[in-house]
Amino acid sequence: MCKISIQGLTHIYNYGQPGERVALQEINGEISPGELLAIIGPNGSGKSTLARHINALLLPTCGSVTVDGLNTADPASRWEIRRRVGMVLQNPDNQLVASVVEEEVAFGPENLGLPPEEVRQRVDRALSVAGLVEQRLRPPHLLSGGQKQRLAIAGALAMKPSCLVLDEPTAMLDPAGRREVMQTLLNLNRQDGLTIILVTHFMEEAVLADRIWVLSGGRLVMDGTPAQVFRCREALQKIGLALPGPAELAWRLRNCGWPIPDGIYRLEELVTCLVDLLTRNRSGGSS
Amino acid sequence: MQGNITLGFYVPGQSFIHRLDPRTKILACLAMTMAVLFCNHPAGFAALSLVTLLALGLARVTPQLLLGILRPFGIFLVLALLLQLLFTPGRPLMMLGPLQLTREGVHFGFQLLWRLVLLIISGSLLTLTTSPLMITAALEDLLKPFRRVGVPVFELAMMMSIALRFVPTLLEEAQQIIRAQQSRGAAFTRGRLVQRVQGLVTLLVPLFASAFRRADELATAMEIRCYRPGANRTRMHQLRFHCRDYAVLAGTGVLFLIVLVMRWWG
Ligand SMILES: Nc1ncnc2c1ncn2[C@@H]1O[C@H](COP(=O)(O)OP(=O)(O)OP(=O)(O)O)[C@@H](O)[C@H]1O
Ligand SMILES: [Mg+2]
Repeated sequence: MCKISIQGLTHIYNYGQPGERVALQEINGEISPGELLAIIGPNGSGKSTLARHINALLLPTCGSVTVDGLNTADPASRWEIRRRVGMVLQNPDNQLVASVVEEEVAFGPENLGLPPEEVRQRVDRALSVAGLVEQRLRPPHLLSGGQKQRLAIAGALAMKPSCLVLDEPTAMLDPAGRREVMQTLLNLNRQDGLTIILVTHFMEEAVLADRIWVLSGGRLVMDGTPAQVFRCREALQKIGLALPGPAELAWRLRNCGWPIPDGIYRLEELVTCLVDLLTRNRSGGSS
Repeated sequence: MQGNITLGFYVPGQSFIHRLDPRTKILACLAMTMAVLFCNHPAGFAALSLVTLLALGLARVTPQLLLGILRPFGIFLVLALLLQLLFTPGRPLMMLGPLQLTREGVHFGFQLLWRLVLLIISGSLLTLTTSPLMITAALEDLLKPFRRVGVPVFELAMMMSIALRFVPTLLEEAQQIIRAQQSRGAAFTRGRLVQRVQGLVTLLVPLFASAFRRADELATAMEIRCYRPGANRTRMHQLRFHCRDYAVLAGTGVLFLIVLVMRWWG
């Protein structure tokens, strides 16, 4: 199982050179196996930088990142870390390597030097998990955006990772594609117990997480469940983030004197709460 | 632009030629090319033409498709023929103003034309019936011996397959840039040569810029999935020779030898 621990992580781009830039400062945190963690923050807050530390694409300037006890700074464990931590990037067009869907999925396992039968098996399984079995012989550039991102996910899954890091995987998709990808991720997390770290700009996606990290100016400024994080409207607004729609609505209603409890951020919760209030009001009024 | 894009495109299918091992097709194509270049005997040309016709039939290439293959080369073919016709010294047949048509000119001109047509067809047969991926896999396998002398065969093959993978993406992007620049008044298809060249610059600069950006991200994407140049990769698709492959290889080999024999002893 995949336990990630980050200690005193500081990252400085171009350290000691002109154009030096501190991207992360003193990040501490642990991510437990099977968790769905969302990382949110304004542009330039260091989300992508943090994501790239988890699979050793970047190495800490200070501090350490360990995955199942393997330190990313140790060259000997770098490839094992990359196998365990799959990653999906933002642009669906620039991360696909092969000219046939099933070859794309096979790319990772082939790099691991696995025997052909094993590769075949993993490809078939990953394609069925991502719902791309029918597309397996098509060229990737003819797929829809959502399908391309699911293909990227399938490519990562074929390495049998225990953790998946996704850097704004839905940023370039239409709402339908976004839903497809999120549904795939949720299934992987809930059914297969895969640890998922989702960097996102969409609050509706962050809401689905078990835990949220809020980054601002390279610091980890909030760490808590969605209910805890979305209670702090002021603090979020100060760093340039808005509440998810339902939470914002709940806050405004509360401000107008409606007795809506704290910590409501899901649409269903808000609806049940309002229905509850209205029926109680009506029965109170009629009697 | 659109016309050239279909050039050398893979057309999926299940014909005899499609089902041949890609290595067979590459070797056969190579043998045909050499044979066509060495051939100088009418009987040899007849044999080569017959074999090419047979291959076209086996690949189920329709006459329209054949025309589509040859059309982009039309101007080039005509030009090659004219140059040979008009500038080969020898016994004059007739005068055309200051130029003269010679017997040798006619002979070499049509020989060259026929050679080029055969070469284009055999090359196109390879790319029409073999996916880029299979071509790469086959090249990788055929060039394996060169690894001993330090040629990075696998890496070169990977480069080629990625280049092929990005052809459609970049073409699409080029179309987009063309439309964007045209909407700002750039001329690609009209105006004097200078203007057209200027138009081309406004296409190429953004295209290259984005290609470099893509390349950078693609390198990251490959690293993420544990791609290590020089490490041992395996392949999901294993190449295997069948009876038909041996038959085709033997056939083209014999044809090649016959052409050689005719050249030096015929
Ligand atoms: N290669 C680099 N060289 C120098 N500075 C960089 C580099 N990459 C990022 N930075 C800087 O580091 C900071 C954090 O960047 P990062 O990409 O991690 O932010 P982000 O939260 O992912 O932003 P976005 O929401 O736009 O994706 C930014 O200020 C950025 O300018
Ligand atoms: Mg980013």
